[in-house]
Amino acid sequence: MRWLALKDLQILRRSPLLVGLLIVYPIVLSLVVGKAVDTGPSKPKVAVVNEIAPDQTTFRLGNETIDVNKYADELFESIDPIRVKTRAEAIAKVRSGEALAAMVVPADIADRLQAAINLSGGPPPTVDVVYSNDDPLKTRFVQSAITSRVADANRVLTQKLTGVAANYLDILLRGGSFKLLGSTFDVLGLKNAAQIVDAVLRQRPADDPERAALERVKRFAQLAIDNLDLSDQVLGSLGAPIRVNAKALPGGTTSDAFFFATTLAISLMFVCVLLGAGLLALEREEHAFGRLVRGLVSRTQIAVEKTLLAGGLGAVASLLMLAVLAAVYGLDLGTVPAALAAIVLGGGAFGALGVAIGAVAREVRAASLLAVLVLLPVAALGLVPVGAVSGTGYDLIRVISAAFPFRPALHALQDALSGNGLSAPLAHLAALAVAYAGAARLGLRRFGQ
Amino acid sequence: MTAVTLGAERLSKRFGEREALRDVSFAAAAGERLAIIGPNGAGKTTLLSILAGLQPPTSGTITGAGQAIGWVPQQPAVYGKLSVAENLRLFARLEKVADPDVAVERMLDQTGLRDRAGDELSRLSGGNRQRVNIAVGLLSDPAVLLLDEPSTALDPRQRERLWEFIGALAAGGTTVVFSTHHIGEAERWADRVLVLADGEVVFTGAPADLVGGDADFERAFVRFLREHGH
Repeated sequence: MRWLALKDLQILRRSPLLVGLLIVYPIVLSLVVGKAVDTGPSKPKVAVVNEIAPDQTTFRLGNETIDVNKYADELFESIDPIRVKTRAEAIAKVRSGEALAAMVVPADIADRLQAAINLSGGPPPTVDVVYSNDDPLKTRFVQSAITSRVADANRVLTQKLTGVAANYLDILLRGGSFKLLGSTFDVLGLKNAAQIVDAVLRQRPADDPERAALERVKRFAQLAIDNLDLSDQVLGSLGAPIRVNAKALPGGTTSDAFFFATTLAISLMFVCVLLGAGLLALEREEHAFGRLVRGLVSRTQIAVEKTLLAGGLGAVASLLMLAVLAAVYGLDLGTVPAALAAIVLGGGAFGALGVAIGAVAREVRAASLLAVLVLLPVAALGLVPVGAVSGTGYDLIRVISAAFPFRPALHALQDALSGNGLSAPLAHLAALAVAYAGAARLGLRRFGQ
Repeated sequence: MTAVTLGAERLSKRFGEREALRDVSFAAAAGERLAIIGPNGAGKTTLLSILAGLQPPTSGTITGAGQAIGWVPQQPAVYGKLSVAENLRLFARLEKVADPDVAVERMLDQTGLRDRAGDELSRLSGGNRQRVNIAVGLLSDPAVLLLDEPSTALDPRQRERLWEFIGALAAGGTTVVFSTHHIGEAERWADRVLVLADGEVVFTGAPADLVGGDADFERAFVRFLREHGH
């Protein structure tokens, strides 16, 4: 078997263009895809619970009634809301992958807004957001989207509050009328009061003992006028009436880990599968397979040799890439042993898949084309984020993805680079390596006859 | 006749409903050149591949199968990216030849390719590739050499060289069993011919016995098949 492997290495060494393409193409593709998935979808699905009772959606601001739901709707503009009734139901949607996040508008938000406006203390009005940890980049995206929409809602709400408050302050400053509880009240206004006091002062003799008290009232009125003139700006600078309480479901992955894992998994997959498929198909293209299995080496040995060689070379390429990523982006070196395990087992599973593909092709070009036709949709499905499709659709994608090594390799690398436990994806990869090696061996039964 | 080095007794091969070979029997002696001829689909390649051990027969036995049998497939089964010497060395190692380097040197001399030893096979002519293909089949110094249409795709000059080479092997004691579409080659280079038609042996004997005095071997062969309902 080693002579066969040596021969394959000699052939690869004499095909620098082919090897170059095999290495460069997956690396370029993986970097492009890694960056592309970094941007996230346009409208993430978010499970939304509005706990506000229908008769408690308003609060009063002076003589105005404000409906909180109107401002809550602001939150839903840049998300695709899945409306549910309970907090548990919303979190279940996140766990199942149907939604990227759950957003809960609590029942007491109107009361808290009222309390905030009345300056009566208590906790601020808060919207709860629970993120999925399945996909850190998508989580970051949905965090950004929700934060942005909350800021928009706050801006609109603040404008309204500022407008109402400024109107009252204006009445207080300049005088006027307002309605409260069905009655109309006339307010003199500080400026008018100051003018009246000034007129009274002018009529009083200079030695009038009451003049000092009137002078004090005039100074106070002028001070109030001067400061209330600035009140619009002060009110406008009020920040965020609504706050966001965000938390992630436990066991998450970092964004950098996701980028590294995506890049490594794609390059590992393409290198191993294309090599495995190509090396086996080459034996058939060169008409050498029949001669080899005529007592020189067994079909099982050929399948194992191609799998190990393709997996080994793919793993070496991925390790070099990991070293480059570590040097360029910085990487916790403590995660390297776990990443190495994921790369080695992933290489084995991808190599076996490549050999299985090569077993159904008669020549290298056909094997390469078939491999690409299989790999592109596998990679695309493996990168579909939670919440991007319906729950049933996502379940179907998970089942299909589980039949190929890409997603388990991606998860293994993510977990390895995030410092999480990775025994489950490693076991998955080992099982797939055995299954595809078995499929390759079955495919070789009639190969070469 | 000298001792039989390769023989078959009532060999049959079925592929589902189709019977590719039916009760094929023959014997070949050391140093004999036996040509297997017949129309397309007669079962020539199937018979050779069973003799080579590439696939088992459905029924029947092969005698002499325990000894080394060299196999030369129709298309060169060698690696285009490796040199002549590298191909020979690879297969010598896989054949577990006692001293691969000695075997390579011997085959380079025997095939007359010593001056092309370092050349990649993809740069050689079809004739030279076929010589390497045959050389690989001879690496283990087999008592029997099986060749499946070895002269296909060769020009007349290359064919002449090939058959001279094979003749020299037979003269050295190697039993050579080959199939061919070139009926004239069978007449010229075979000691005996085995005619297969629809999976059955319809003639075994010297080429001269098949033609019955007709000077045109190919015309006589076609007439023979027609007379036997093929």
